[in-house]
Amino acid sequence: MVKQGDRVKADTVIAQTELPGKVHSVNVANLLGIAPDEVRDYLIRKEGEPVQKDAVIAENTPFIKFLKTEVRSPIHGTIDTISTVTGQVLLREPPRRLELLAYIDGAVADMLPQQGVTIETSCSLVQGIFGVGGETWGELQMGVASPEEALTPDKLTSGMKGKIVVGGSFLSSDTLAGAREIGVAALIVGGIHDKDLRALLGYDLGVAITGTEKIGITVILTEGFGSIPMAAKTFALLSKHQGQKASVSGATQIRAGVIRPEIIIPADGTVTQSRAAAERGGIQVGDHVRIIRDPLFGRIGQVSALPPDLRQIETESHVRVLEVGFPDKTRAIIPRANVEILEG
Amino acid sequence: MSAGAQTPHKKAADLPLSVIIATDCGSTTTKAILIEKQGDTFRQTFRGEAPTTVEAPFEDVTRGVLNAIAEVEELSGRKILDGEKIVTPAGAGGNSKAGVDIYVSTSSAGGGLQMMVAGAVQSMTGESAQRCALGAGAIVMDVLAVNDGRLPHEKIERIRSLRPDMILLSGGTDGGTVTHVVEMAEYISAAKPRPRLGMTYSLPLIYAGNTQARDRVTEILGKKTALVVTDNIRPTLERENLAPARNKIHDLFLEHVMAQAPGYKKLISWAGAPIVPTPAAVGFIMEALAKRDKINLIGVDIGGATTDVFSVYGGVFNRTVSANLGMSYSVSNVLAEAGLANIMRWVPFDLDEQTLRNRIKNKMIRPTTIPQTLDELQIEQAIAREALRLALIHHKSLATGLKGVQQERTISDIFEQKASGGSLIDMLKLDLIVGSGGILSHAPRRIQSMLMMVDAYEPLGFTTLSVDSIFMMPHLGVLSTVNEKAATDVFVHDCLVYLGTCIAPIGQGRDGEKCAEYQIVFGGNREPESGTLTFGELRVMALGDNERAQVTMKPAKQVDLGEGKGVPVTREARGGAVGLMLDGRGRPLQLPADVKTRVAALSRWHQAVGLYPR
Repeated sequence: MVKQGDRVKADTVIAQTELPGKVHSVNVANLLGIAPDEVRDYLIRKEGEPVQKDAVIAENTPFIKFLKTEVRSPIHGTIDTISTVTGQVLLREPPRRLELLAYIDGAVADMLPQQGVTIETSCSLVQGIFGVGGETWGELQMGVASPEEALTPDKLTSGMKGKIVVGGSFLSSDTLAGAREIGVAALIVGGIHDKDLRALLGYDLGVAITGTEKIGITVILTEGFGSIPMAAKTFALLSKHQGQKASVSGATQIRAGVIRPEIIIPADGTVTQSRAAAERGGIQVGDHVRIIRDPLFGRIGQVSALPPDLRQIETESHVRVLEVGFPDKTRAIIPRANVEILEG
Repeated sequence: MSAGAQTPHKKAADLPLSVIIATDCGSTTTKAILIEKQGDTFRQTFRGEAPTTVEAPFEDVTRGVLNAIAEVEELSGRKILDGEKIVTPAGAGGNSKAGVDIYVSTSSAGGGLQMMVAGAVQSMTGESAQRCALGAGAIVMDVLAVNDGRLPHEKIERIRSLRPDMILLSGGTDGGTVTHVVEMAEYISAAKPRPRLGMTYSLPLIYAGNTQARDRVTEILGKKTALVVTDNIRPTLERENLAPARNKIHDLFLEHVMAQAPGYKKLISWAGAPIVPTPAAVGFIMEALAKRDKINLIGVDIGGATTDVFSVYGGVFNRTVSANLGMSYSVSNVLAEAGLANIMRWVPFDLDEQTLRNRIKNKMIRPTTIPQTLDELQIEQAIAREALRLALIHHKSLATGLKGVQQERTISDIFEQKASGGSLIDMLKLDLIVGSGGILSHAPRRIQSMLMMVDAYEPLGFTTLSVDSIFMMPHLGVLSTVNEKAATDVFVHDCLVYLGTCIAPIGQGRDGEKCAEYQIVFGGNREPESGTLTFGELRVMALGDNERAQVTMKPAKQVDLGEGKGVPVTREARGGAVGLMLDGRGRPLQLPADVKTRVAALSRWHQAVGLYPR
């Protein structure tokens, strides 16, 4: 539907296909009381022929008309296959059209025959840690004044309809319900309680593979579960782009081949040469890190030392650790597996 | 269910080998081990690991393999690689520190082998097909059958949406139903299934059903799939014949599935034996161990995403995989399936529900983190108990005798009629539990591994427990297909760590009441010990590795140790890293419902066996 160099908007259809229709089976042999290998003799439609819903597809011709039995099509579609072993006729619904939208504003940079296209845009990108709900887009609007502030129901307004609203540390179930009622496109917050996620989804999420939920809203967590202030850098970046259009996706897959939710804020839509991010080695002294496990979960600090030897921690495990210094001048020894480097 | 059908590619004679390099390409890590012959015995000498490189940006599994082997090279000082080639044989170019005799590998990268199976009747050929695929090392995505309760269009939708690596279609005994088998073939045909990997090749489909339906099935599916016809997995109601179909699964795994995965063609060309799915290799070694020691065993591999359970009872091998029970990626699913109360019952302190739920979800979204505090470790070990328990329940439901088999009954059976297809897993007849996976292999104290398995499995009578020291069972499983002695030597000397023996009387009683009297006769000069085990008591006695003791248990009159209520039992018990565990907590194990009493009981038991530092 598009070609290399074309400019696209988030809602531009870039590709479409027809998915084969649903298949329904009708056991004609059973319904007519005949042997399966006699089915073809009683059918009045052939394989590949179109049928309307309730149209007769097979019938018998008894001496007494009263005893006549007709088999009608349960759907509008075509006769797909006729089996003389099972006596069943498979009917197929018309194909369904599937349209693929661009999702972000940009330009078609590359064509992948039979697969898709690459769309390039100059943008700001924020990666979340977990999300639910699929791709959507809208104007960014800050719902709170600081990253420590929770997004409470009283901060929601009808003007947030169709927008991507940024909260701070926490989102309660009341706020979630209110946002869905208003028609907010997406919410971005530091954290929520697991019980509120369960209430939103209607089930307890077992494995973090998300993005296909039909919940009418996309929710992206930047930090995790619980009440956790959004990282100041993330909050500042989103604040800077208030009023701009952003594309977001809650799709998360935490398995081999990790997918994290994303917030893409196109700058002006012009195609630029892609710039490789600076290569970085392992963790280094001076790096800003977030602690991602209790007891200091959510705290942000700076690596102050990287002891090379294994250290015994409280659990008696011997692990590689690092020392983190916090803004309040306190320090803590943390397993290296329990921190993540804050990029950017 | 099959006996002795696990090593399809086994060569007639063991290959003469002295240095072996083996890898297991896991979904996140590729692990390499070096095995060298020292005198007459093979020993595992060095190991290395590197991230698996199946995914972008590398998209070539051999990069990770080379990196893992390079680490072994560095540690061992042996030259194994010449650029991107493995130097063979050992001693190449007259250098005794160069080369290996063979390279072998297993793989579960890229999600392992994912299969859909179909049969005519769910509890008969459907289950046989499921056992066949699981035994071959597959994850079974769904079992379709004529009577699976789904409408035809729902079956077709399901087949189309699954995108498996392979389909196994069975159905009907030889000379039995043709109609139902053809019906399933028609549904598969209508769904036009596509394979998970690669857009250009046909989906492999193995037909292993009624021989009389072969022509019809070929007519329906021959042009739409890469159809392979093999022997019926259920030729008669009374007999299962899983080996031919399993071998075909392994062949097609190599030819079709792995050939599509990035870099595998090169990897296959390096390997001196066919690459097998990781769980299938673990199955080989479990079966070899049971056969060698003539024992019944249960093996478990609890990973981050899945838990595999293996059993060998009376020579009959079974494997199940609980695809969503694990300690990191799937940790939240353990909570969802077990329920909060079942997890909390193992935690020796009180914790509010919201905090625990949030902590578990945070582990799910950051799966590589480790417990830093004792409380966190105790919560993880509580979750592990439930994952192990649920996976065993799942295993018991599938490791069964054949269902639908006519049984001859006599008048004496009137009061004890059992349906056909009962579980083969009898905890009283269990000799050995083998635990594997990070939470068991790397627990800070060995007693923690032992008690996790004892709590989860509730072994009855005398049961020996062990753990895999470092996860090398897959390597040894694939090695056993070319040299069984090398695999067994390493398994016994370097892989298996015996923890000891758990002695658990069956029965209930009030705390402090007599459960059983015991007398323990040790080897050497050690004085015998005797005493009374009371209900509610848990104790451990030191008995070192390779040591054995003669244990006589005289149970109270309502208590059973396998020979009947009140009947004394004398058996030899094996020691290990923990020793002898006398478990007077009663079977079935019932924990106090009241939080305060339960926390007190847990704390008492934990202290008695030195489970945690405080």
